[in-house]
Formats: sequence, C-alpha cells, structure tokens
Amino acid sequence: MAYYDEYHKYGDEPIGIEPGGKAATYRDLENLSREMGESIGGRTLVFAFCKNTIGSMLGYLSFLENRVVPLLLDAHINRELADELIRTYRPAYLYVPKEQETEWEGEAVLERYGYILLRTKHPKEIPLYEGLALLLTTSGSTGSPKLVRQSYENIQSNAQSIAEYLKLDASERPITTLPMNYTYGLSIINSHVWKGAAVLLTTKTLFEKEFWEFFQEEQATSFGGVPYTYEMLKKLRFFRMDLPSLRTMTQAGGKLAPNLHREFAEYAAREGKQFVVMYGQTEATARMAYLPPERSLEKYGSMGIAIPGGSFTLIDVDGQPIDKPDVVGELVYEGPNVTLGYALSQEDLSKGDERGGRLVTGDMARMDEDGYFYIVGRKKRFLKIYGNRVNLDEAQRMVKEAYQDWDCACTGVDDHMDVYITSPRAEDREAVAAFLSEKTRLNQKAFTVYSISQIPKNEAGKTLYKELRP
Amino acid sequence: MAMTNLEKYDKAFMVNLKVKKEELPGLKYQGIASWDSVGHMDLISDLEEAFGIMMETVDVMDFNTYEHGKEVLAKYDVKIE
Repeated sequence: MAYYDEYHKYGDEPIGIEPGGKAATYRDLENLSREMGESIGGRTLVFAFCKNTIGSMLGYLSFLENRVVPLLLDAHINRELADELIRTYRPAYLYVPKEQETEWEGEAVLERYGYILLRTKHPKEIPLYEGLALLLTTSGSTGSPKLVRQSYENIQSNAQSIAEYLKLDASERPITTLPMNYTYGLSIINSHVWKGAAVLLTTKTLFEKEFWEFFQEEQATSFGGVPYTYEMLKKLRFFRMDLPSLRTMTQAGGKLAPNLHREFAEYAAREGKQFVVMYGQTEATARMAYLPPERSLEKYGSMGIAIPGGSFTLIDVDGQPIDKPDVVGELVYEGPNVTLGYALSQEDLSKGDERGGRLVTGDMARMDEDGYFYIVGRKKRFLKIYGNRVNLDEAQRMVKEAYQDWDCACTGVDDHMDVYITSPRAEDREAVAAFLSEKTRLNQKAFTVYSISQIPKNEAGKTLYKELRP
Repeated sequence: MAMTNLEKYDKAFMVNLKVKKEELPGLKYQGIASWDSVGHMDLISDLEEAFGIMMETVDVMDFNTYEHGKEVLAKYDVKIE
C-alpha cells in the first residue's frame, strides 16, 4: 500500500510508545510487515482482536501493508459474537493477544510484540474485491454480522484529510482513549502515522491515575473523546488539571450537549488549546465534518463544515436538495472516504463499490447562514450509548429471542435505552437489563426496563414507539 | 436506626455495581463488568453525597478497590467502620 514510502522516510522515529518506556519505530513496522508477508504470503482475511498496544497497532498496519484484509474486533468481545462472526466470514487467520492463545483454535505461525498469528482451518484463498482494505463492525455489540467495507483509498484519503484540517505533524503525540477497532480510535492512528507521529498506547482509561502519569511522562499532545468522555472529564474536574503538553482535544461519536461544547471551548480558549468538534460515521471511513477550533465558541452546538475533499447537501423528503438556510433535511455526504458498502457474508467481500462516493447519512440536520451544519435528529432507529452505536431493532430482537414468553420494545435517547416488556415481574426486568448489558458490553446503567401490559401497535401491527410510556 | 458508615459504604457499592454483600471483599475497578468507568463515576457521586464530601480528581482515580476505597475516604475524615 502507498504508506510504504512514508514509513521508510520516518525510519528510526518512534511510531508507538507504551507505558514503561517500551517503544517501536517505523523501521520495526517495516520489519514486522516483511515477516507478516512471509508468514501469510498473499491476500486473505484475518480477524484481529485489538487492544491499544504496540503489537495490536503494528499488526493492523502490517496487514494493510501486505494487502491482507483485517476485520478489527475488540480483544474483549463477547465470545459468542466472535464465534458467530468466524462462522459467517471464515477467516484464514486470527491475530490475538498472546495471553488469549489457548482460547482460540489455530496453529501459531508468528509471535511478535505480545501478539500471535494463528492459522485457522479455513481456506486461505477467497474472492476479495481488489480495493477492499479493511472491515469494521457497524454496531459491534448487538451481534449483527453486518460489516462496513473500507477501501485503501478510503483510509488514505480520510487520514490525509484529517491530518490536513488538524494540521498534524511528526511532533504530535496522541494518547489513546478509544479502542482501535472503533473507527474514531482507528482514525487517530491512521492520521498520525501518516505524518510520522508517535502514538501513546495505553490500555488504561481516563479514570486511572496511571493514564495521567503516562500522559505527563510522555507529554501527550492530544486525545479524542465521545460525548460521554467529556461529561466524565468535567466530573473529574478536568478544568483544574495542569496539562501543559496538551494542544488539542477532539470530539466525535455523537452529538455533544451544547452547554458542554461551550464549556470545553471556553476552557480551550482560556488555556490556549484547541477543542475540535467533529462528525463522522464508519460508513464514511471515519470523518465527514469538523468545526474549525477558532470558531468552536462562536458556533457551539454545530458539528461544522465538510472536511477537505468532501461536501454536504441536505435533501427533503422527495430527495430534492434544500438550498435555504435553517431548513431541516437529511444530510448527504460526498467524498473519497465514502466506503464501498456493507457485507453480510464472506461472499459479499468480493463486491465492489456500491455507493459511488455518496452517502445518505440517516442524520437530520440544518445549515446556518454561514454554512455551518447542526445535527438535529436521526432517521434510523439506533442510539449512541457511550459513543457506541446500538441498533434498537436488533436489541429488541435479541430480547425477544431470549425471552419468548413476552413482547418487547426498545426506545430511548443517546446514552440511555428504555426497554418495555410485557412481563410484570421485577426479576424479568432485572434479567433483561443484565442480558442487554452482557450482550452489548455496556454498563447496565444504560438500560432501564419497564413493565407494561402491552406494546402499543397500530392496525398493521407496527409498534407505536411514540406512545410507549412507563 | 441510622445506618453506620460501613453500611452506607457497602450500600453504595451494592446499588451502583449490582453486587451482593458477600462479593464486596477484593472487588476491583474493572474487575467486574459493572465496575467500569460508568459504574465508577456513579459510585463516587453516591459516596460523595452519602458522606457530604467532594473528592479530588487524584482520589477519584485512586479509589480502585473495595478495601483501598476506605483508606481514600479516611483522607476526608470519613471512617468506614
């Protein structure tokens, strides 16, 4: 892939640093890529179980180098969901943390940086579309086998565009706060590696002092967060922390409450830092819009303008473009980072570009007189919970499958799902909340379960979600 | 009868982390699914409210086990016994 020349140029500069001073250079990546190429020897599918470590990041980058297509999954994914994906996509290799080696079936063929490459029993040669680079889950949590197909051009153009509008260079040191199998976390890696920067990799969270010790020690310059991250940072009295190395905070993964947007923009203005609100979807590789930091305060509540190389239009219910400001329509994005399409099975991996660079986002938005966009709602039935997309219909289906004696309907707002069940029993409410928490790997507090006598439906049997009340 | 500090402390864990009393000893941050960052911040807010204190950021982060939490609260003159 075209990254190669760039890597070569950066040579002995660090690419990844872990707590305790463990580091890897761009040359280490070149070497690993060569070994990976020799071990795999050709284009095929691999499942990579990711953590924010050097082994995980270099593995991913070396798969891209070798035109081996990885599906990125969380190393702590629910095992049943992982098995279901393996049955559906039949990967020839699994790339797993060393400590999980015995949990997976396969013959170890390469071990580097705490990761092991396992050869499974599935055939190596499968039809893969030539442009296909990478696979990511849409809602990693609800067990849907639906994957987003991203091309080499998608990844490269989006990384370049992000590096351009954030003005990244080799002196940057982003610290990981998001999983790398999550498109936003991955985009931070892609855009910084493109510029020869070093990524500070930690499995610790913002809630652990080791995170902040590492942050200070290695002089982190930026981090990213979903709306929930910023809520928590405020509770952690972030505004009182002394972080001289910090230059930039970015936000994506859902709409930030306008007052929180303003508070962080004010903090940034006061401290000489940048707060950059952004907008994106896995279907657009990662990023579609950003709010230039110098206008963050003035335009708080807005997700900004299209990224370099992209453009937005708003369309009305008939699909006609809206040309007046302050009229709500569905947001349509065009750009080289619009992904190829979805896959539901291994066979779909041979499909080409189904979108032609145009993505109908499903988000409802309006544009102000200066051309800045504001998200006002969502067309599709899903929530963003702690930055994770959770499909309400899938959650509902899972509950109905697991508890066939009663009916269920899911609704809610971002960061909180309301679940209605037709069982009056408290044990059932508790069990459903625990079940959804277990399946989605999200804290049980995100789910409130109510008992109602019946789910309101119209004559055609369609659920009337607006009439659901506890 | 009024609750003792230990009872209030245990209750905050049991309510926020959905655990039983016998599971409390040895409980660690990220040792169970419910004690993730979401559970943590709610646990801390409940404890702050129960004992009428405001914890410093470093103490919020240092509060990482059921046992060590008692030592952290001792800094705020809250004796868990």
